[in-house]
Amino acid sequence: MGLLRYAVTRVLLTIPMVLILLTVVFLVLHVMPGNPVLVILGGRNVPLALIHEYEHRLGFDQPIYVQYAKYLWGVAHGNLGESFATGMSVTSQIGLHLPATLELSFSGLFIAALIGVSTGVWAALRQGGITDQVLRFAHIGTYAIPIFWSGLMLQMLFGVFLKWFPTGLQLNPVDAAFFQPITGFVLLDTLLRGNFALFGEAALHLLLPAFTLGLALSGLVGRVTRAALIEVLDLDYVRTARAKGLPHRVMVLKHALRNALIPIITVVGIQFAILMGGAVLTEAVFSWPGIGSFLLQSIKARDFNAIQGTVVVIAVLIASVNLVVDIFYALIDPRVRFS
Amino acid sequence: MVDAPQGSRVVVAPLRAWLGRRRVLVAGIVLVGLVVVITLAAPLFAPFSPTLPGADRLVPPGGVHWFGTDQLRRDVLSRVIYGGRIPLEVAFSSTVLSLLIGASLGWISGYASGRLDRTLSLVMDALYSFPALILAITIVAMLGPGVLNMVAAIAIVYIPTYFRVARGQTLRVREEAYVEAAQALGARAPRMLRVHIAPNTLNALMAIVSFNIADAILTEAGLAFLGFGLPPPTPDWGFDIQNGQAFLQSGYWWLITFPGIAIVITSLGFNLLGEGIGEAVGPQS
Repeated sequence: MGLLRYAVTRVLLTIPMVLILLTVVFLVLHVMPGNPVLVILGGRNVPLALIHEYEHRLGFDQPIYVQYAKYLWGVAHGNLGESFATGMSVTSQIGLHLPATLELSFSGLFIAALIGVSTGVWAALRQGGITDQVLRFAHIGTYAIPIFWSGLMLQMLFGVFLKWFPTGLQLNPVDAAFFQPITGFVLLDTLLRGNFALFGEAALHLLLPAFTLGLALSGLVGRVTRAALIEVLDLDYVRTARAKGLPHRVMVLKHALRNALIPIITVVGIQFAILMGGAVLTEAVFSWPGIGSFLLQSIKARDFNAIQGTVVVIAVLIASVNLVVDIFYALIDPRVRFS
Repeated sequence: MVDAPQGSRVVVAPLRAWLGRRRVLVAGIVLVGLVVVITLAAPLFAPFSPTLPGADRLVPPGGVHWFGTDQLRRDVLSRVIYGGRIPLEVAFSSTVLSLLIGASLGWISGYASGRLDRTLSLVMDALYSFPALILAITIVAMLGPGVLNMVAAIAIVYIPTYFRVARGQTLRVREEAYVEAAQALGARAPRMLRVHIAPNTLNALMAIVSFNIADAILTEAGLAFLGFGLPPPTPDWGFDIQNGQAFLQSGYWWLITFPGIAIVITSLGFNLLGEGIGEAVGPQS
């Protein structure tokens, strides 16, 4: 199979994936108990006529399959409906919140890779020794720690007691009020505006939440790195490199780690889903204005369209990352394309 | 004749050697045992009531209140001791539920193959690829807070994990000669699944249970932290951390520190137990 054909097949395969998730969430929201109209109108003692009027206006009086078909039609056209709570378009609201989440999750991913790969290499080189055992324990530890708790502890230590970092938000409230976004990515926008002081402030705000997220994922990356590197270090060509008299460092970094990177990147890509889950909690802890915060806010308001829309966007995001990883994998290792 | 000291040499010494090589398993058993015993016998260990006020507000740890008190004058240590009941209850029940449902679907899907298998696999893969916590939040948000609803939400989220393992194992077992033989002898599907397929997939399923409980505990804690758990005053680690968050800026560190450590010990225990079981059962897992 050619690479292009493989890529097209994979793209087509992500469509049912997103569709299934969308359907599950649609069913969860529409079949389970709880009348959103009552929530919008503020509880009990609402005249029945008013309820019916709202149900009619929001389309809830139609059969569920009609509602479903209408919703699908909208999603296919990038229209996620209107927010019940604010009346704004859900698509544009998610568009406002998405950059913050992407900024947070990709920084988190970067930190996870940094910590995970370095400790993984270290553990692999000390295989069986005390360092290896301590690191194994530490790696397991990182995914035994609830991410919201490590976030709060870091916040308390570095934000409240040491006062090195701010304890939440993307910028100080005053600066945020006067700042004019361009792309929505605060780090990028501050640079585009040439405001380096503000860039520093944004970076300072990002560091604790990104580290919280990165730490939670680093253990898994570390373990995969260790296992992959140990496997590669045993292979003939590495032994040849060693026999040739190459310095140890060159051998590990240039010959072994480069080949161990393939499984590492695959695992990191698959973990993107965990990353998104962690981002919701991290955003809650650091008042980070991303789609995780938007989702929680929408759930509290029982804003069905907003909840549905957020889930769809997260599903598309995860499917795209998996897709990129798959294609990248096929690009590096042609065997994948033929299986 | 084997006398007592010799007997101990025959039984105890090899056992000690066996356990010595399985430090991870032992660590897991000790941690899990500690948490389960303390949680089950909470009234014996808790020095005060977890829900009734009994001291001053926000007393720092030390003296009478080892872990301090909260803003409602309750003893934090007692709340931590009782606070494991809901998480463990929810994690165990939801794990059992998703194991039962997920494994059954996996066996059927793997054995039946064809269109049913393709459809189920597609649905399960889609659910599997989605973040567990976000799915659980969405479900529990619609069902409303409560123990049963949390169990249902978390169970649904982990069904695909068991489905995938059960299906994969069924496909492997189906190729075995004895299965083909039984088929040739005319065994029907229910009997095939019950007698020949399911028992041979159990090892692989059991190997992931402990990891699953660890993960379910974190998911429950996340739900409770976000306010989707039980209403106050029920003690629950995740909920108590949310409660302590409001006092964090003022430096009342003990409100969040101790319930968090309890979650870490529990989750770490189940993770180590899972690792240990994996090591003991076979090197391939």
